[in-house]
Amino acid sequence: MSVSTTSLKVPGLEAVQKKGWLHAHKWLLLRRFSQLSILSVFLIGPIFGTWIVKGNMSSSLTLNVLSLTDPFVFLQSVLSGHVVETTAVVGALIVFGFYVIVGGRVYCSWVCPINIVTDTADWFYRKLNIKSPVHFSKNNRYALLAAILVVTVISGIMVWELVNPVTMLQRELVFTMGFSWAVILAIFIVDAFISRRAWCGRFCPMGAFYSLLGRLSFIRVNALNREACNDCMDCYVVCPEPQVIKPVLKKTDNLNPVILAGNCTNCARCIDVCSEDVFSLGTRTAKL
Amino acid sequence: MNSSTDKTLQSRRRFLENISRAAGGAALYGIGLGLYSRQATSLPSQSIRPPGVVNESDFLSACVRCGLCVRDCPYDTLKLSSLGDDVALGTPYFDARKIPCEMCEDVPCVKACPTGALDPALDNIDDARMGLAVLIDQEACIAFQGLRCEVCFNVCPLANKAISLNRTHNKRTGKHALIVPVVHSDACTGCGKCEHACILEEAAIKILPIRLAKGELGHHYRLGWQEKQKAGESLVTPDTPHQYNLPEGTSYDYEGEGLISPPENNSRDINDTPFTKSAIDRLNEGVK
Repeated sequence: MSVSTTSLKVPGLEAVQKKGWLHAHKWLLLRRFSQLSILSVFLIGPIFGTWIVKGNMSSSLTLNVLSLTDPFVFLQSVLSGHVVETTAVVGALIVFGFYVIVGGRVYCSWVCPINIVTDTADWFYRKLNIKSPVHFSKNNRYALLAAILVVTVISGIMVWELVNPVTMLQRELVFTMGFSWAVILAIFIVDAFISRRAWCGRFCPMGAFYSLLGRLSFIRVNALNREACNDCMDCYVVCPEPQVIKPVLKKTDNLNPVILAGNCTNCARCIDVCSEDVFSLGTRTAKL
Repeated sequence: MNSSTDKTLQSRRRFLENISRAAGGAALYGIGLGLYSRQATSLPSQSIRPPGVVNESDFLSACVRCGLCVRDCPYDTLKLSSLGDDVALGTPYFDARKIPCEMCEDVPCVKACPTGALDPALDNIDDARMGLAVLIDQEACIAFQGLRCEVCFNVCPLANKAISLNRTHNKRTGKHALIVPVVHSDACTGCGKCEHACILEEAAIKILPIRLAKGELGHHYRLGWQEKQKAGESLVTPDTPHQYNLPEGTSYDYEGEGLISPPENNSRDINDTPFTKSAIDRLNEGVK
């Protein structure tokens, strides 16, 4: 695999030299800012007593007006047989519409706090030049997603929410911290030392759900400037779903230069590390 | 021709392999989740759900674990279960012994719920049925020792309806009264103020889930006196009075008093008992 040959080299070094450190980390910094500020607005209420946003990322109320509900949690509730109140229906539709526009897995890379953990795990993986002893299929998440939806229908309860580490961490950061930190530590250990990118890329059914949603997404990363590509492979090293890059980098005129794969998280790290500015964010209809 | 058939066969084999592997994986996840959910959804009897929860299984299909009810609870009664608690992950509950429900008239927790997991039809908190108070240990309750306490009665928001005091005879002293609390399930909301206020080290009155606290008569049972009232007349031919071979001048009395002398006028009227009609007066007469 390309990853092992390039893992010793620091990806994005040329980009830093060419564009400056800040410019070569622009999207990464913006993502961290987004993730932390979303978490912060949930924490302002409980810490300072001023309520901007109440609840957590499963369902929230902003300024006592805007009610938002996570569409994946909403889907589980509907499948388990509950007739959901209008407030949550509208809230889920708004969030659904938002991710259709900005990209399904923008949830994963710009919102979800576990992304910070798994990105750090991957940084360790690369720094320590670890070789994953275990490998899972990228389609594993869809099998898990399917299983969850079926068991939800059969059992009539939201089974995944009994274990979901994503909503668990978000909730416990904002409410009472239980042992979710242990689950997060386990995810870190697995990702860093046992199976690279196992959680977000192979297991998380929420990521799988948003991947499916991402197939409709309007905003997409493209490689319109792929003629400039010097095959340094840095984008492959930093990309959490490197399989999505390959089809758009081939220098054949008739291939679509836009990454339409639902797995792409629109994290835009490829834009950061590319010294030749091959990638850019645009719409799904962008043409060469 | 031959090689293309080979290729089709190969790709078909690969397709079937992939499909069966995915189905196998999904089945495995499904079994694991299904089994885990069975045990993860058992609710400890001392964990009380917020007002508006009718049925635990319906609740687990409706609650998205957003914690908005917890945020809007003005008395910090409600909390969200975190990993390690033995309540279904992320769901709201309270422990009556620690902080009971204050039964807010405007029911803010129910209003905050975006999904209807807390039944929005509940607009009068007196109609809530979070559990049922049960005087679970008469051996420890000091009222049953003949001491005056009545704390549970006094803190009950529906005193005289949900808890009333019954005066009975104190057999130990032979001349005093026991004034004991009695809970009425038709009015008790399960708010837990009695359990919270109970002066014992370990409360003698506890809120239990209704499924534990209540018995249920077999549905085929018909209570004769109720049916008689409904029909306006006796539905069966009245029993002929029992004939006993008794000593001269005595008759066999109902109410377990044994052989008595028949009343002067020799009639067997149902009101002709040696007791007064008031139950509490009867009890006060003590053992004859």
